Amino acid sequence: MAGQVTRAGPLTLGDRIALQFRYLLDREALLGPLLLLPAVVYIVALVGFPFVLALAYSLSDVTAGDQSLDFVGFRNFTDIVHDPIFRRALRNTFVFAFASQALVLVLANVLALALMAEFRGKWLVRLLVLLPWATPAALSTIAWLWLLDSVFSPIDWLFRQAHLLGPGTPLGPNNNMYWLGRPELAMLSVIVVHAWRILPLATVIVLAGLTSIPQDIKDAAAVDGAGFWRLFLQIITPLMFPVVAVAVLFGFIFTFTDLAVVYVLTRGGPINNTQVLGSWAFIKGIQGGDLAQGAAVALFLFPVLLGVAVLMLRLARRAEVT
Amino acid sequence: MNAARYWGSRASVYGVVSLFALFSAFPFFWGLVTMFKRSQDLYNPRNNPFAFGAGGPTLEHVQLLFQETKFVTFAVNSLFVGAVVVGITLALALPAAYSLARLAGRWGEGLGITIFLVYLVPPTLLFIPLSRVVADLGLQDSRWSLVLVYPTFTVPFCTWLLMGFLKSIPRDIEEQALIDGYSRVGAVVRTVLPLALPGILTVVIFSFTLTLHEFVYALAFVSTSSEKTISVGVPTELVRGDVLFWQSLMAAAMIVAIPVALVYNLFLDRFVAGLTLGAVKG
Repeated sequence: MAGQVTRAGPLTLGDRIALQFRYLLDREALLGPLLLLPAVVYIVALVGFPFVLALAYSLSDVTAGDQSLDFVGFRNFTDIVHDPIFRRALRNTFVFAFASQALVLVLANVLALALMAEFRGKWLVRLLVLLPWATPAALSTIAWLWLLDSVFSPIDWLFRQAHLLGPGTPLGPNNNMYWLGRPELAMLSVIVVHAWRILPLATVIVLAGLTSIPQDIKDAAAVDGAGFWRLFLQIITPLMFPVVAVAVLFGFIFTFTDLAVVYVLTRGGPINNTQVLGSWAFIKGIQGGDLAQGAAVALFLFPVLLGVAVLMLRLARRAEVT
Repeated sequence: MNAARYWGSRASVYGVVSLFALFSAFPFFWGLVTMFKRSQDLYNPRNNPFAFGAGGPTLEHVQLLFQETKFVTFAVNSLFVGAVVVGITLALALPAAYSLARLAGRWGEGLGITIFLVYLVPPTLLFIPLSRVVADLGLQDSRWSLVLVYPTFTVPFCTWLLMGFLKSIPRDIEEQALIDGYSRVGAVVRTVLPLALPGILTVVIFSFTLTLHEFVYALAFVSTSSEKTISVGVPTELVRGDVLFWQSLMAAAMIVAIPVALVYNLFLDRFVAGLTLGAVKG
């Protein structure tokens, strides 16, 4: 491994240093960590350090105006836990994540099974179905904001045409649903938008899993007389479990920690009814300037994230074994 | 009997996929129709929202978007932040991925998964302390704050993706180059990088779109409108309480959404292979 230095004659000092450096770089025990170092330093500085800072903030009285960190114990946590809006936000965060992922779980499996079939125009369906995931959340949520407009919603128009909405109809005397103005409908809207956004990702993951099941397993089951449901429940479901779990866990994290959908669609309203931990931390910490309480609110996300990470590691290990 | 069953199953496949396509594409369809509508047509709840009324479609509001709003500035900011972040990401993730794939023996796998898990740490958890870090560095209200912070999610994800790619390239090729007298770095540049080009391209596309998607940091760090990116500029600057601006707003959303979706479509399979931690082999 002498490099390509084939020039005759004595080596100059510069050559020697250059050569030494090259030999040094050829030593794997050194080169390995050296290549890894910049990325690790960056992550420690801008993920590790801020995380520790978030912990410190949550135990202090820091505000945007007074940047000094004075230790106050768990006061921030006891304060926010007694705040009804925080409790509402905590509950909503779970409700939105679980409800939207339950929807996604069912819809993604149905859609993926349908996409396994060959049919004309599949590329178009794939493209249309992918749109929600490919679009920046803040922008696609604006399209929903307009779709659910209190006066001009085309959904309301369709309802009115079908005589479901308006005076003397099943959905009431008003001419509009006020999707984002009524607490239950606003919550439903947030859940549907989340499910709509995550569905493409989950479908593609499930689809990749379905296509990776060897055909001979399915053939063997068919020869043994298994029908669609038996095949689905006893062969495909167990084989697909890790893949579906990964899809659901990702969807869960993305909805659990999201703040764009709520911020753009409802701003947490009506009257904080759709507030989530992320949006509440933003309102407290950035808009309200109470960095300490904002950090404490956001930290409530952490135990759940940790749990999901552990589950993912287990799944990854299981996937390695099989 | 069998024919009926066949056509029955065909019909149900078409029925199911049409319903899903409708559900997924409906907000985009509505946005596309809206952006070309005239105001007197759009703002009348009696009109059919899906058809163009008197006067037909118009480009007036798309023009307005480009000429009288800061949309172009937002787009330039997004492109700028995206391009610089892609550069930083490659500079950090490529060497790290190579090291994890080739040089780190037993601990490489564990460390690789740890780096991937960093991708799961959401902006929502870190934006408050990072706003302080950004302010201390004097980057508040500047798009440079996003350049500084965005690699926190692109680097872990791209390192993981690239690690998978590099592992799939046979070791023999670069060992041959080492025997031929190249240094390790030279061998990698001449043999591995060209072979990893599809992987690098994937990483470029995904880190760029991840920065385009990002909302939380941009919302928390940047409040000067001339420094905002599309993702935050459009919802915060173009949505005005009382001024109805919907056509231009939809134009802004659609002009960004549709090209991104087309590009995404091409690279999605690799993205999925990365996300599923190798549980699915593409």
